[in-house]
Amino acid sequence: MSTQTGAAPPPALEVQGLTKRFGGFVALDGVSLAVPEGSITGLIGPNGAGKSTLFATVAGFLPPGGGRVLLRGRDVTGAPPWRLHAAGLVRTFQIPRPFARLTVAENLAVAAPGQEGERLPLPWFARGRIREQERALRRRAMQVLERLDLAAHADRPASALSGGQKKLLEIGRALMSGADLILLDEPAAGVNRTLLRAIAETIARLNREDGITFLVIEHDLDLVAELCEPVHCMAEGRVIASGRMAEVRADPAVAEAYLGMALLPDAAP
Amino acid sequence: MEAAALYVATMLTLAGIYAALAVGLNLQWGLTGLMNFGGLGFVAVGAYTSAILTAGESAQHLGGFGWPWWAAWPLAAAAGALLALPIGAISLRLRADYLAIATLGVAEILRLAVRNEDWLTGGPLGVPGIPRPFEAFGQPWGQLAYLALVAAMVAALFALAQATAHSPFGRTLRAIRDDEEAAKAAGKNPAAFRLQAFVLGAACMGLAGAMLAHFFKFMGPDALDPVTTTFLVWVMLIAGGSGNNFGAVLGAVAVWAVWAATDWLAAQLPGELATRAAYVRLFLIGLALQLILLYRPQGLIGERPPRPPA
Repeated sequence: MSTQTGAAPPPALEVQGLTKRFGGFVALDGVSLAVPEGSITGLIGPNGAGKSTLFATVAGFLPPGGGRVLLRGRDVTGAPPWRLHAAGLVRTFQIPRPFARLTVAENLAVAAPGQEGERLPLPWFARGRIREQERALRRRAMQVLERLDLAAHADRPASALSGGQKKLLEIGRALMSGADLILLDEPAAGVNRTLLRAIAETIARLNREDGITFLVIEHDLDLVAELCEPVHCMAEGRVIASGRMAEVRADPAVAEAYLGMALLPDAAP
Repeated sequence: MEAAALYVATMLTLAGIYAALAVGLNLQWGLTGLMNFGGLGFVAVGAYTSAILTAGESAQHLGGFGWPWWAAWPLAAAAGALLALPIGAISLRLRADYLAIATLGVAEILRLAVRNEDWLTGGPLGVPGIPRPFEAFGQPWGQLAYLALVAAMVAALFALAQATAHSPFGRTLRAIRDDEEAAKAAGKNPAAFRLQAFVLGAACMGLAGAMLAHFFKFMGPDALDPVTTTFLVWVMLIAGGSGNNFGAVLGAVAVWAVWAATDWLAAQLPGELATRAAYVRLFLIGLALQLILLYRPQGLIGERPPRPPA
């Protein structure tokens, strides 16, 4: 049910008081945040703040302890990942998880929704129709690979890609899903400057041209400042600040969360 | 001459039955990464289903239905699938190794059940008098015709397995095998896909069991040995090339040739040595498996990415 009143459309994603415990450890301690429709929303915070746990819980990979997840106003709390995928919400992984023995093009093709060729016994009896669909799927996968500058690698096994290219493959799979809300987990971590620029521009363009809404976890704060608005900062399982990047950066709670972490290594003699 | 033809036909028929088993296991392990260590269980239900439906009336076991083989074999495949359904539904949601434990356990339970449920299976006496198709042709033609029937069945299973492996369904199975979490992120329900692959492979094994029973014309608890019914098939698949249907068939024929040849060689040894050689053979098969896994893990012909659609 919509929590919005009047004509304002509900946010693409709204998280209300989400909790998640692992034994005695509270990973999410009542997280509430919104991802406005059409935005590139940033999610920052020191390591261990619960950002990736939030992604996993929102995307259906972990059952939530409590709270609600609303996708465009519809309650999808605890829905499995494949339901959310069909509803247009997908996530990527911080450490890329390619299907190693599938080709790059196959990696993308897998992620396409609603494939008739996946429903037995259709692939046995409707082979002509499936082949036609496969050709169309291949064309779409190649288009996505062109955009990501991976087309030359289409028929190589995904395991042969470099670390940075695997990051792009993660994004490519998300795009193939046709999702309009993509949760990106550190899309630029561990990639060189050139690739980082390319990834940033790709995200901005997909947002601008295709109208895809993003929620992005990223540690590169300059990149976040450039791409994201609004920005949420998490620490110890809670959202401690939200707003424009300049505001969040100026928030003393944010400075403390980051400084507290930064000072730790120096505390030892 | 005729004896040689019969020997070759026997060897090839058994190789064909193993090929059916290997194709089934390839659907489960090669394509989907499901560790089924209970091949014997699926072979057993298939074999006994067909045996009981086709064998003549006997006070020794349930039977006297007198079905023709062509009506019983589909039910044997269905029996294999039916056994897989609850096992899969329960254990496929859990970690991968639970399936291995569950299948191993069920196979052992079934082995004890067929030995003890006399009213159903004849217990240790088994089910004799299972008609072999085409026996009316006389020897050696009857046996050659049966070989042709087994070959046709293997060809059909192979075609089905190829169509499955090269379809979007097969691609999704391979994706789930490679990374379950990523497959979920790509919108797949891994448990649902795994269950289908598991059931499909089990149906192949059930049919293989029926072919075995009708070839032996007898089915009893001693005809089913975990070493030759379950683990030899694993060796075949791994040696041939897991994930490749051609590899599965090639591995079945090649390993069966080695297995049969060493059996013959061991039998030539005098007295007690012959008995001991049987165990050395087991050891050597295990050693060969280790060496393959170490030095050629992809097998004779490994998995190949399919050609992209033109």
